[in-house]
Amino acid sequence: MDNATVLEKLSTALPDALLGSQEFRGDLSVTIRSDAIIDVARFLRDDAQLRYHFLEQLCGVDYLGRTPRFEVVYHLLSHANHHRICLKVGLPERSPIVPSLTSLWATANYQEREAYDMFGIIFDGHPSLERILMPDDWQGHPLRKDVPLGGEEVAFTFNQERIYAQKPFAKE
Amino acid sequence: MGIEQKAGDMGIVTTSLETVVNWSRTNAMWPLLFGLACCAIEMMGAQGSNYDLSRFGMEINRASPRQADLMIVAGRVSRKMAPVVRRLYDQMSDPKWVIAMGDCAACGGVFNNYAIVQGVDEIVPVDVYIAGCPPRPEALIDGIVQLHEKIKRMKLDGSLREPVRV
Repeated sequence: MDNATVLEKLSTALPDALLGSQEFRGDLSVTIRSDAIIDVARFLRDDAQLRYHFLEQLCGVDYLGRTPRFEVVYHLLSHANHHRICLKVGLPERSPIVPSLTSLWATANYQEREAYDMFGIIFDGHPSLERILMPDDWQGHPLRKDVPLGGEEVAFTFNQERIYAQKPFAKE
Repeated sequence: MGIEQKAGDMGIVTTSLETVVNWSRTNAMWPLLFGLACCAIEMMGAQGSNYDLSRFGMEINRASPRQADLMIVAGRVSRKMAPVVRRLYDQMSDPKWVIAMGDCAACGGVFNNYAIVQGVDEIVPVDVYIAGCPPRPEALIDGIVQLHEKIKRMKLDGSLREPVRV
């Protein structure tokens, strides 16, 4: 199985879903319309020749300053063909909503929760879209590029009085 | 020194209640058995045979907070872990002390970010801070001895005497 065959089968079966494709060092990545991700994934999984049975990983990316700002990346592996394909879905900043793949792969559950926790990407149809890594009362989504890097200002001798005056020390 | 030197071997020692209480507290200190990161490895090293922390009356770690009176926060505390550490502290019976072992527990260390508590003194009151990343077992032992010195200055009502400057 080579990349051209996979791409041809995919574009024949679902011509409307594909927005573009890219090949880098032998790895195929395909950009998909966000509302077509379930159809594409189901086709890749259930097709008798392709058989991408394994969702290797799913993650979010924040390209701050680009439109669409967010991207969800899926890596599928076909054990039968020893072949990988990467699916990318661009999501707008205003409403980063993408259909959930939990109906196809159970492993998508935790990975989608992580992408939600870190980037605030909403996975429509997810059974329990809650935070998985951060505490429940955490405000915001820490891996977004507009979240400040440092936890707090570093205290030196010249500014420690001001910082320690604000610091929430525990009182017994 | 009391009467025993003048009166010979009578099996009697006179001292103040405060001294006896503080002596018993320092020489039978039971740390809470938990470690959070790489500092815990150094803590285990300090308790092992090479450094032998039991010379200072601490040979036993208690796995239950109800039986422990010293909390050694050995490692960075994540924001998600913070309520758990605080709860362990609340479950310990008085009197209790806290040692922040290592840079991460003392001030966040190299992890100046959203996920790590910037110093465990934000969630529990700390008695002794030990610097180092991680501190060597000698540093931990020194911190514990410093804590002993602090406890020896404790009055019965819990307040501290001024240290004697020589």
